[in-house]
Amino acid sequence: MIEILTKYFATFADGFLITLESSIIALIGSLVLGTLFAVLQLVPNKFVNRLAQAYVEIFRNIPLLVITLFFFAFVAPLVTHLGIAMDGFTAGTIGLTLYTSSFIAEVIRASINAIPKGQMEAGRTNGMTWWQTMRLIILPQAFKMSIPSLGNQFINLVKNSSVLAFVAGMDLMYQANNIAQSTFDSMGTYMVVALFYLVITLPLSYGMKYIEYRSNRGGNA
Amino acid sequence: MEKAKKKRFGIILTLLSMIFFFGSIALLAVFSANSQDTTDTLERVKNSHRMVWGVKADTKLFGLMNTKTGQIEGFDVDIAKAVTQQIADDLNITIDPVFTQVTSSTRIQLLKNGNIDAFAATATITPEREKIIDFSNSYFDAGQSLLVKKGSDIKSVADLNKKGKTVLGVVGSNSVVNIKKYAPKAKVLGLSDYAQAMTALRAGQGDALTTDNGILYGMATENKGYVVVGGTFTTEPYGLAFDNNQGPIVRAANKALKEITASGKYNKIVKKWFDGVPGINWEDLKR
Amino acid sequence: MSIAMTLASTIEAFNYYNLRYLFIGLLYTLSVSVISIALSFVFGSIFGIIVYEKIPYFSRWVSIAVDIVRNLPLLLIIFFMYFALPNIGVHLSIFWASIAAFTFFESAMVSEIVRGGIMAVDKGQFEGARANGLTNAQTMFRIVLPQAYKKIVPPLVSQFISLVKDTSLATGIVLPELMYRGQIIYGQNSNYMIPVFIMLAIIYFVVNFGLSLISKRIEKNLA
Repeated sequence: MIEILTKYFATFADGFLITLESSIIALIGSLVLGTLFAVLQLVPNKFVNRLAQAYVEIFRNIPLLVITLFFFAFVAPLVTHLGIAMDGFTAGTIGLTLYTSSFIAEVIRASINAIPKGQMEAGRTNGMTWWQTMRLIILPQAFKMSIPSLGNQFINLVKNSSVLAFVAGMDLMYQANNIAQSTFDSMGTYMVVALFYLVITLPLSYGMKYIEYRSNRGGNA
Repeated sequence: MEKAKKKRFGIILTLLSMIFFFGSIALLAVFSANSQDTTDTLERVKNSHRMVWGVKADTKLFGLMNTKTGQIEGFDVDIAKAVTQQIADDLNITIDPVFTQVTSSTRIQLLKNGNIDAFAATATITPEREKIIDFSNSYFDAGQSLLVKKGSDIKSVADLNKKGKTVLGVVGSNSVVNIKKYAPKAKVLGLSDYAQAMTALRAGQGDALTTDNGILYGMATENKGYVVVGGTFTTEPYGLAFDNNQGPIVRAANKALKEITASGKYNKIVKKWFDGVPGINWEDLKR
Repeated sequence: MSIAMTLASTIEAFNYYNLRYLFIGLLYTLSVSVISIALSFVFGSIFGIIVYEKIPYFSRWVSIAVDIVRNLPLLLIIFFMYFALPNIGVHLSIFWASIAAFTFFESAMVSEIVRGGIMAVDKGQFEGARANGLTNAQTMFRIVLPQAYKKIVPPLVSQFISLVKDTSLATGIVLPELMYRGQIIYGQNSNYMIPVFIMLAIIYFVVNFGLSLISKRIEKNLA
C-alpha cells in the first residue's frame, strides 16, 4: 500500500484534483439549477410547476451512469458539430450537475415550504413583487435552513463523481483502476484511493454534523 | 447500569468486536491461502466434470452474447469448446465447458479469484502477465491495428503520434500498453469494454480506436463507415490463460491444441468465423 | 442519420429476444436491490441502535466505522469487494460480491436513518415506559423501535430508490443487470445505442418513480 502511494503519488494527485474540480463545478451548477427548479415549482403558474416537477422527477429517478453515458455518447457528437468538444470530464460533470440539481431542488423546495406562508403575504402587502419577496426574504432563510442537507448533497457529489471513471474522465477512480490493472495490487490501490476520498468527505461530514448539532442546540435554547 | 459497569461493558464489547472482525479476516486469509495452494485446476476439472471458461461477451467474431439464445458465440468460445472436448477425450472422461462473461479489466482477477478455471478472451501472451498467470501456447496470432472513421486523416499509427490526438482503448488490454510506446504523444483514453470504446469512437471522443485487428474487423462489419487502417504494428499471440503454477492443465491444453490443429478441427473453426470477413483472408490464418 | 433509419434501428433493437434479455437484467437489478436492502435493514438497525445507545468506546468505534463507509464512493466499495478482497483470500462470485458491496454501504446509510428515527421518537416515551417497569431493552424493542420504523419509511424508500439506481454501477464488475445488458445489446450494433439508452432511462424511471409514489402514499397513511 505504501509503495503504491509513493510510486503513483503524482497520478493519484492528478486524479484527486480532477475529482475536486468536477465536484466543485457540479456543486455550483447544481446549486443554481436546483434553486431555479425549486422556485419554478412554486411560482404561481401551474404549467411551469409541472414542467419543473417533471425535470426533478426525471433526473432523480434515472441512474447517474445512464445520464452521464447519454451525454458522453449521444450529446457529445451533436455538439461537436457546433464546435464544442465534450470529453468524458465534461460529460461526467454535466451528468453530475443535472443529477444533483434534482436533489438540491427538493431540499430547497422543502425549506421554502417550511417558511411560514405569512412572510410571502407580508412581503406582497408591503408592495414587493412575488419574485422580490422570494429573492430577498424567503430564499435567504431557505438557504440557511438547507445548509446541513446541502452539505450532504456535496458529499454525495464527491462520491458520485467516481462515475467519471466509466467515461475516462481522468478522475481518482479512473486512475485507481488503471493503477490496479498495471500493478495487480487491487487491495493496496483501492485502500489508497479510499484515503484520498475520505480526505474530502470525512471533514465535510463531521463539519455538517457539527453545524447540525449547534443549530439544534440553538433552537432548543 | 451504573457508570463504571457500563464503561467496562463498552470496553469489552469493543475488544470483542475488534477481535471478531480482524480475527475473521485473518482466519479467512489463512484458510483460503492453504486451500488455494492445494487446488490443481486439472484435478478440479476432472472431479467436477466441468470446466468454467471466461470469454468476452461484447466482442464480435471472438465472443459475443446472442440475446436470442443467451449463449456466447465466437472463435474463442469454439476453441475453448474444442480444447475442453479434446482434454476430456485424452483423459477418457466427460467434461462440460461452461462459459462466463469477462472483460479485459476483469478476466485476470476472475482467474485469480478462482471464479473461472481458464479464460479464452482475446488475451495476448505477455511477459508481465506470465509473472502472475500461466498461458498455453498461442492459439491465434493477432496484431494491433487501428479503427477510424472513413475519410479520417489517420492512415497509420505514425499519424497518431502528435499532440492533440486521442486514442481510445480498453482498460487492462495489452493494446493500451503498446500504443503508449508507438504513439507516446497521443492521449490515451481507457474505456471499460469494447462496446464502450466503440461508442466513444462513434461519439467522436477519440481519433482512433486501437486494439487487435481481428476484433477491429469484427467491429467494422457492424459499423458501416468505419475502417481498419495502417496494417498491424505489433504481433499479439493469443493464449489460453490459467492460474499461476498450473503446469498439468497447461500441458493438457497445449497437447489438445496440437491435436485439434492436426485433426483439422482448428481450421474448421477458423473458416467458420473468419471466412468472408472483409479485410481478413481466412486462409492466412490456417494452421 | 435520417429519422426513418433511426426508427428502423429502434424497432430492430427491441426485438423480442433483446427485450427478454433486458427484462432478465431488470430481474437481476431488482433481486440484488431487494436482497441488499433487506440485509442492510437488519445490519443498519443493529448499528443504528448501537450508535444511539452511546455505550462507552463501543458506540464511538461503530460510529467511526459507519462514517468511513458512508463517506466512500459506492463504486470504490464494489471494486474493493470484487477485486481487492481476493487478495486476502475472500472469494465472492459477481452476484454475491455485488450484494456484499451494496449491503456494506447501505447498512451504514440505513444505520444513520434508524438512529435519526429513534432520536425523533419523543423522549417522554422512554421515561414513561421505564416508569412502567420496562427494562431498557424492552423499552427499545417494544416501544421505541416500532415508532421509529414508522417514521423512517419515507427515507428508507428513497434509500431503496437510490440503491436501485446504484446497482447500475455493478456493470463495472460485469454483473448482468439492466445497464450491463443494455451495453451488450448496443455492442451488437452501435445504431442501437440511442434506443437502448432511452429504454434504460424509461425502465429505471418507471420503477423508481413508481416506488416514490408508493412511498408518498404510505407517508400519507401514516401521518
